[in-house]
Amino acid sequence: MQHQDLPSDYFPMVIQFIVAVGFIATTMVATHLLGPKRKSKIKLESFECGIESQGNARIPFSIKYFLVAILFVLFDVEVIFMYPWAVNFKELGTTGIAEMFVFMVLLLTGFYYIIKKGALKWE
Amino acid sequence: MTLSIFYFLSFLAILSALMVVVSKNPIHSVLYLIITFFAIAGHYVLLNAQFLAAVHVIVYAGAIMVLFLYVIMMLNLNAEVEPHKSVWLKSAATVAGGTLMVVLVGALRTSASVGSPLPADANIGLIKTLGKTLYKDFMLPFEISSILFLAAMVGAVMLGKKETK
Repeated sequence: MQHQDLPSDYFPMVIQFIVAVGFIATTMVATHLLGPKRKSKIKLESFECGIESQGNARIPFSIKYFLVAILFVLFDVEVIFMYPWAVNFKELGTTGIAEMFVFMVLLLTGFYYIIKKGALKWE
Repeated sequence: MTLSIFYFLSFLAILSALMVVVSKNPIHSVLYLIITFFAIAGHYVLLNAQFLAAVHVIVYAGAIMVLFLYVIMMLNLNAEVEPHKSVWLKSAATVAGGTLMVVLVGALRTSASVGSPLPADANIGLIKTLGKTLYKDFMLPFEISSILFLAAMVGAVMLGKKETK
C-alpha cells in the first residue's frame, strides 16, 4: 500500500503562506506606525531625477513587451508538460521519449519560426 | 476541518470575484483576480488535484495575470476617458446576466449530487499518476496540444510583429 497523499499533508504550505503574508502585513503596518510623516506638497510629489513630472504614468506602451510576454507564457506551459513526463521517465521508456520528441520538434519548429521572424529582436 | 476550509475558500473566491467586477480601478480588478485564483488553487488541493493546484498558481496567478496587466496598460484606461455606458445598456446587461443566473440555478438544482468530494484513491492528482495517464492513455491529445502551441506562437508573431522589408 502506497502512502496516501491527503489534503491535510499540505498544512505546512498553509503555514508558510500565512507567515509570508503575515510578514508583509506586519512590516507594512510597522513602517506606517514607526516612520515619521511629513505631508507637505513637495514631499508627496513623485520624484524623478529632479525633473518636474509631466502627465501621468498611464501611457500606452509598445506591443513588443506583450509579444515577449505571450511567448514566455507559451514556453512556460510547455515546461509544465515536461514535469509529469520527467517523473515517469523510466516507466514510460522508449515510447515516452518518442512522444516527447514529436512534441519538442513541433515546439522547436515554432521557436525557429520566432527566431527567423525576428520576433524577439528589439528594433 | 476540511468543510470549514472549503467554506472559507469559497467565501474568499466569491468575494474577490465580486470585487473584480465592482472595483473601478482595472489594476485593482487584476489584483482581486489573483486572490480568486489562489482560492481556486486551494479548492484543487482539497479535491486531491495537487499538481493542478501548483500549475494553476504558476500559470494563471503568475504568467496569465502579467499578460492581463499588460493588456490593461496597453488599453490606456484613464479615469477621464472611461466610457460611461447608457442606462439602457446597463439594464440590458442586468437582464442578460440575471437570465444566465436563473438558467444556472435551474440547471444545478435538478442535477444529481456528485457524492463525496474525495475520490477513492487519494493519490489520483499527484504528478506521477497524472503523468502515467497523460503519456499512456491521452497520447494523441498531448501531441495535438503541441500543434496548438505552434498555432498560438505563429498567431502571436503574426499579430504582434510589424512586417519589415
